[in-house]
Amino acid sequence: MTTTSTTTSLSRRTLLQGSSGLTLAFAFGVTTSDETAAFSASGGRLNAFVKIAPDGVITIVSPALEMGQGVNTSLPLIIAEELDADWSKVKVETAPVAEAYNHPILRTQMVVGSLTLRGFWIPARTAGAQARQVLLDAAATLLNVPVTELTTEPSTVVHAASGRKLGYGEIAAKAKAPDKLPEIKPEQLKPVAQFRLIGKDVARHDIVAKSTGAMTYAIDATTPGMIYGTIARAPVRGSGPASANTDEIRSQPGISGVYLLDHAVGIVGDSIAAVFAARQKLKATWRDAPGSNMSSETARAEYQADARNADKKGTVGRNTGDTNAVMATAAKVISGEFTTDYVYHAQMEPHNALADVRADGTVEVWTGTQWPTRARDDAAKAAGVAPEKVKVNVMQMGGGYGRRASVEYVVDAVLLSKAAGKPVKMILSREDDVATARLRPMTAHKIDIGVDAAGKPLAWRHRFAADTVVPYLYGPARMEAQKGVDHIVFAGADVPFYDVANHQAEHIYEERGMRTAAWRGIGAGHNNYPIEVMIDELARIAGQDPADYRIALLKDPRAKRVIERVADLSDFKRKREGRALGIAFAKLGLPPVGFSMAGTVAEVSLDRASGKIKIHELWCAVDVGLPVQPSNIVAQIEGSLIWGVSSTLKERITVKNGAVEQTNFSDYEILRQSETPQMSVEIIRSGDIPLPVGELSISGVTPAVANAVFALTGKTLRQMPFTPERVKGALA
Amino acid sequence: MATYDLAVNGKAVKVTGDATTPLLWALREQLNLTGTKYGCGAGLCGACTVHVDGVAVRSCQTSAASAVGKKVTTIEGLGTSALHALQKAWIAEEAPQCGYCQSGQIMKAAELLGKTPKPTREQIVAHMDGNLCRCGSYPRITRAIERAAREG
Repeated sequence: MTTTSTTTSLSRRTLLQGSSGLTLAFAFGVTTSDETAAFSASGGRLNAFVKIAPDGVITIVSPALEMGQGVNTSLPLIIAEELDADWSKVKVETAPVAEAYNHPILRTQMVVGSLTLRGFWIPARTAGAQARQVLLDAAATLLNVPVTELTTEPSTVVHAASGRKLGYGEIAAKAKAPDKLPEIKPEQLKPVAQFRLIGKDVARHDIVAKSTGAMTYAIDATTPGMIYGTIARAPVRGSGPASANTDEIRSQPGISGVYLLDHAVGIVGDSIAAVFAARQKLKATWRDAPGSNMSSETARAEYQADARNADKKGTVGRNTGDTNAVMATAAKVISGEFTTDYVYHAQMEPHNALADVRADGTVEVWTGTQWPTRARDDAAKAAGVAPEKVKVNVMQMGGGYGRRASVEYVVDAVLLSKAAGKPVKMILSREDDVATARLRPMTAHKIDIGVDAAGKPLAWRHRFAADTVVPYLYGPARMEAQKGVDHIVFAGADVPFYDVANHQAEHIYEERGMRTAAWRGIGAGHNNYPIEVMIDELARIAGQDPADYRIALLKDPRAKRVIERVADLSDFKRKREGRALGIAFAKLGLPPVGFSMAGTVAEVSLDRASGKIKIHELWCAVDVGLPVQPSNIVAQIEGSLIWGVSSTLKERITVKNGAVEQTNFSDYEILRQSETPQMSVEIIRSGDIPLPVGELSISGVTPAVANAVFALTGKTLRQMPFTPERVKGALA
Repeated sequence: MATYDLAVNGKAVKVTGDATTPLLWALREQLNLTGTKYGCGAGLCGACTVHVDGVAVRSCQTSAASAVGKKVTTIEGLGTSALHALQKAWIAEEAPQCGYCQSGQIMKAAELLGKTPKPTREQIVAHMDGNLCRCGSYPRITRAIERAAREG
């Protein structure tokens, strides 16, 4: 099976109100006369998501954007389930940029927050059920029987009374499209107990192409007349070139253009090798910008001071009860301070896009993006045309992890094509990809917990000083609309599942002019670490085992269950010679959509001489609501655990004079095969709705490892990542 | 600019470039063999791994000129008439996530099985350690290599 980007333009004709409140747009042919024609006249299109060819091949147009998380199989699978499709006849096509394919919660075409399946759960099922109903109605006409006498089996309508059957392809070839698409009510959806595809480990449709080299990423796209280009972006956000050796660069072999842009120097030529070689010879001076004096070492100490200083007010994003009053009456207040460093996405496919800005005012773009709507709109702005003049070919991403929700590389390709007057494939070298990294914020935390005489937490205050992400990613207006709450940085700072009546979390902004982005796991990656280390400290004060303590303090039965299960899986109370275990709870989600949950246990040892931590084994019990594709969920959980280990032990970006100091995988190391622990994952099903999966198991790793190291040494690791020097420092 | 005669995936082909033109870009841009990926350009990640005379090399660090007179094999030429045992195993284990590093992983693994048909897990991990995967597909890569060794 292949994935292609459809070129069909959609005309919205009938609107159907989905039960989630989503407005689904459906489309047929473009004129009134077409609407009464056979489905075959409109390419077998039943609605915006389903097309059926006369040979029975079903094309599911998927609004899910694939970056490795498997959603471009699991979302079509949900549609196929309700359609009662024969999965072996299903082809998946990535949706074009069109309002019909907006994410129902995000209201734009975007894949973030592990929310794809959750957001599309009812709308996708409704679309599948609607397409099935269209086929049933058409079959009733063809067979001249009441529709109530018809049922379906995979890709076939059955009239049991007469024993007649019609294949979906046959119906699509013969039947007329209805004037109006049938409305599907929630009660018409298939009962969950009757699912035959969902929950059954259907093979991912992209696996063969990804095992043969046939999968096409944006970096592989071509178009006639294409040349190559790269962008040397100013090292500091908001800066740009003051001067550059453009004459020298232009004279390099194979180079056809050098452009001083406001924010960067662009170089184009006839091969990427020539362009990269010329890039290395570029000498530019850059204008000063607000971040030009930023040093992460200095700033970290300032962030810590700000987190500590109660007079420094931040934005209170979470507030329950009366934290300050209860804290003042607590028998004892325990406090902890922690920091986390900037980190880089390190997606394996460096940023790139192919853009063709044409003389006729149309623009075509090939790119991998988590936000196609924004890619189209920003490309239009850069080219100076209306958005409808831009066609975006949405490509498979060689990793996204939040980074490809930013689309500046698309704009760069458009600017180069516009300047060169030719299609340009813009590719960043890895060095430039690192240099222009959009970072997860650096953070400094101070947590104060007021406890009663028995050690029970009564009031919890979490202050963290950190850069912001929302104003840079979405714009200042979004931040204002959210009353100043940066939900990306805030994620995971609340403790709704623990029995803590008074809780306040406060974000002190550190606007240092850094480029920032959502990073896999978002705020939970830096916020859950201090929270879960403090929970262990509470357990020690209470004189209880850390697993037992969590089970007692967690008030939510699902939360208790993931801890119970992971404690059981890991045989948590059994002592290991020379090693120790640490445990942590983690969650991912938003109150209105629900939370998935994870219990994580890490088994570690430590070489005290070198300060090197070894993580031998990880156990993870996850509650993901309804598991749609269990095997893929295990892959995502394991991948996220590995991501968690990598960021816990190794990953760190430092900044000097506003510029990233690291350059490549030599000095920004990510986890390797030999460093990968043994892992055991248990999936718990807890309902009939799929909850977030792709980022869930990251944020439990760091605190589980820190808690294990405490169990070994009696020392708390307070600075992430836990590099050998820092571990040695903590032990000294 | 010079022209180099190469043997790629069993076919005689010509590429142009200078003495330093990386094999990676000649394969991708001139021969349209885009299964071989650019990841770091510095021999650090393994996404560009191909075989030259059966030896896994980083094509970003190998000049096209140096491959003259040698047999170059890319992911597209690994399974000649059908899928290679490793590709079948990769599919069975559903190893890829984003998939970008996987051509390089498979080529590196093919070198191992060429020399050591029944590797131990330790041999697999040691051999594959230079090939990075950001999605964290390492456990399934290991399992796929073990499966290919078993099922051949």
